[in-house]
Amino acid sequence: MKHLRSISEIGVDGVQRLLELTDTMVDINQRPNPRVPALRGKTVCNLFFEDSTRTRLSFETAAKRLSADVMTFSVGTSSVNKGESLRDTIETVAAMGVDAFVIRHGSSGVPWQVSRWTTASIINAGDGWHGHPTQALLDAYTVRQALGRSSGLDGVRVAIVGDIRHSRVARSNVEVFTALGADVTLVAPVTLLPPVPPAPTTDDLDAVVEKVDVLYLLRMQRERMQEALVPSLREYSARFGLTAERARRLPEHALVMHPGPMNRGVEILVDPAELPGAVITQQVTNGVAVRMAVLFELLGAGRDVPVEEPV
Amino acid sequence: MTGSVLIRGGTVVDREGERRADVLIEDGRVAAIGDAVGAELRADQVLDAGGCVVAPGFVDLHVHLREPGREEVETIETGSRAAALGGFTAVVAMPNTDPPQDSRGVVEFVRARGEQAGLCEVLPAGCITMGRAGEALAPYAELVAAGVRIFTDDGNGVQDPLLMRRAMEYSRGLDMVLAQPCEVARLTQGAVMHEGRCCSELGLPGWPALAEELMVHRDLELSRLTGARIHLLHLSTARSVELVRLAKADGVAVTAEAAPHHFTLTDEHLRGYDPVFKVNPPLRTADDVAAIKAGLADGTIDAIATDHAPHPQEDKERPIDTAPPGMLGLETALGVALAELDLPMQDVVAALSWKPAAIAGVSDRHGVPIQEGSPANLVVFDPTVSWSVRPAALASNSRNTPYVGRTLKGRVRHTVFRGAPVVIDGVPQK
Repeated sequence: MKHLRSISEIGVDGVQRLLELTDTMVDINQRPNPRVPALRGKTVCNLFFEDSTRTRLSFETAAKRLSADVMTFSVGTSSVNKGESLRDTIETVAAMGVDAFVIRHGSSGVPWQVSRWTTASIINAGDGWHGHPTQALLDAYTVRQALGRSSGLDGVRVAIVGDIRHSRVARSNVEVFTALGADVTLVAPVTLLPPVPPAPTTDDLDAVVEKVDVLYLLRMQRERMQEALVPSLREYSARFGLTAERARRLPEHALVMHPGPMNRGVEILVDPAELPGAVITQQVTNGVAVRMAVLFELLGAGRDVPVEEPV
Repeated sequence: MTGSVLIRGGTVVDREGERRADVLIEDGRVAAIGDAVGAELRADQVLDAGGCVVAPGFVDLHVHLREPGREEVETIETGSRAAALGGFTAVVAMPNTDPPQDSRGVVEFVRARGEQAGLCEVLPAGCITMGRAGEALAPYAELVAAGVRIFTDDGNGVQDPLLMRRAMEYSRGLDMVLAQPCEVARLTQGAVMHEGRCCSELGLPGWPALAEELMVHRDLELSRLTGARIHLLHLSTARSVELVRLAKADGVAVTAEAAPHHFTLTDEHLRGYDPVFKVNPPLRTADDVAAIKAGLADGTIDAIATDHAPHPQEDKERPIDTAPPGMLGLETALGVALAELDLPMQDVVAALSWKPAAIAGVSDRHGVPIQEGSPANLVVFDPTVSWSVRPAALASNSRNTPYVGRTLKGRVRHTVFRGAPVVIDGVPQK
């Protein structure tokens, strides 16, 4: 595997392989000293052209636990603000010797453009509305873990609720869940769906809430009000929010997930701490392990999978 | 002055038909035509046309030459050279320059720079509204008197229906055509590519076919109401073609053009997120491509026009949502048309030559049947040769061609402009 720019480019085999490797990384993370020399000598550059706290910290932690050198570059402190082009930025940083770029950008497709200008591996940490493959992998891993599945997610009923149209998380998650055999339903008003949705859709959350194994809530952004995509946040919450009433009607085993950061009172109107099925913290924990797996898969060619304790 | 030129061994294709003939040119005009005109001894220069088509020069209704304003991207001279290499003897220069072509001074500057380059006739289009701002009408009569025939705000469509109605009404008594890039801008804000399955998967904002079709419909109805002559630029959707077909059957005074990329490429080309495939209107679906071809075949679409739009590489390397739309077209139009269109040779040449010449109001000197006394604006092309584009070899100042890696069919060998060979064996003479 050279790049991780989307779920579709690694296919179901790539997904399975990364999820297996994640098991190993979860073990490492449970050690008193969760650090292995697997990527010693490798350099990972985090290029964040858009604000992100959890994804950036998660990738940094993952790279450090594998003993890679990490550079982090955020747009606020960079020469991008001095008018430097994306290509010049990439070529400049690449010239310092980088094995992988982890890229977050507000424009869809930037990871593909960048991969034409460098020989380094490219990991998509979120591009525009398009994709967020490591989020999708950590979500699939979390579902597998929480539902006690050993490999696929055959027949698992997943409802993704909210602003699908503008959501990179939704696009990647549909790909990963579908690849693993889950039945995905998208729950949103038509205004918040892409022109051709990637899975069956409904605008009736109440009709699906009793028939899900996973309820995946997306972040609802306030600027969507100005674009006349929904009448008001209040109406959105009433139709598509997880209210206490809907939470009661969830099956007992059902998981509640969210990619964060949560808009309490908008898409989630109950305290997730009081939801037995909420796995939102596990998602964050698994994020580090999944990103370790991705980094090791892309950069650890020829090296041993780090199962042994370091000496 | 240039001496006599003999084009020998080709097949003449013009409005009158197709015939084997040698063509002798003297003093800027066709002096003699026929089999074995016996003029070889009198000709100062012989251009071999063996296996080639000899046709009236091509006329491109839609090019962006970027001068004045962005000479680092293209100049009237470099654009004219690209045109000559593509077999064009006249091009209509869109008015979205800086300053825009809304006054006699700018229009005359553009025309004069074209004459200076001397590679093809540069026909400046005028603006429909002052500064292309969509607020006040440009001085049409003054610009018509300065030789302008086609008026457009291309780059922007005229959004205000009242203003467009007034423009049409006011244009009635003048020898002019109003040309519209059909796009309801409110429906395409932030759009990057065709709205459909592909944009949904790629997470890019969609440019719906509807945004074009609503404007096509509005302007067809305004033309029906006012009787104004209109020309619809770069049609890209199946429904647009159907709307024009119906309006033509009703006698609405409309002509239409299509760009080579709209009958060749689809939105699937955006999958690699390469901004070179970003264009306005966007690349559509295979069904739309088929409908554009059908429109060219039955004459609903009158002309092939390139929408030649040079952009510097650094702009085409920006993230795709901020990269400018547009692609080069002058040097590849013929090769794309012959590779993609399954039409009789005369129909392809018609859509490149005398039909656009009539729309541009230059039928007295371009697209004219090749006979004794006609003006010698001619193209000689090999219709069978296969070739591929090398961006570095393009005469344009820019490199944003979408046809890299694609095999084109048919290539210009010679172009004769006002009796002088400006391209010989694919090499520009100045």
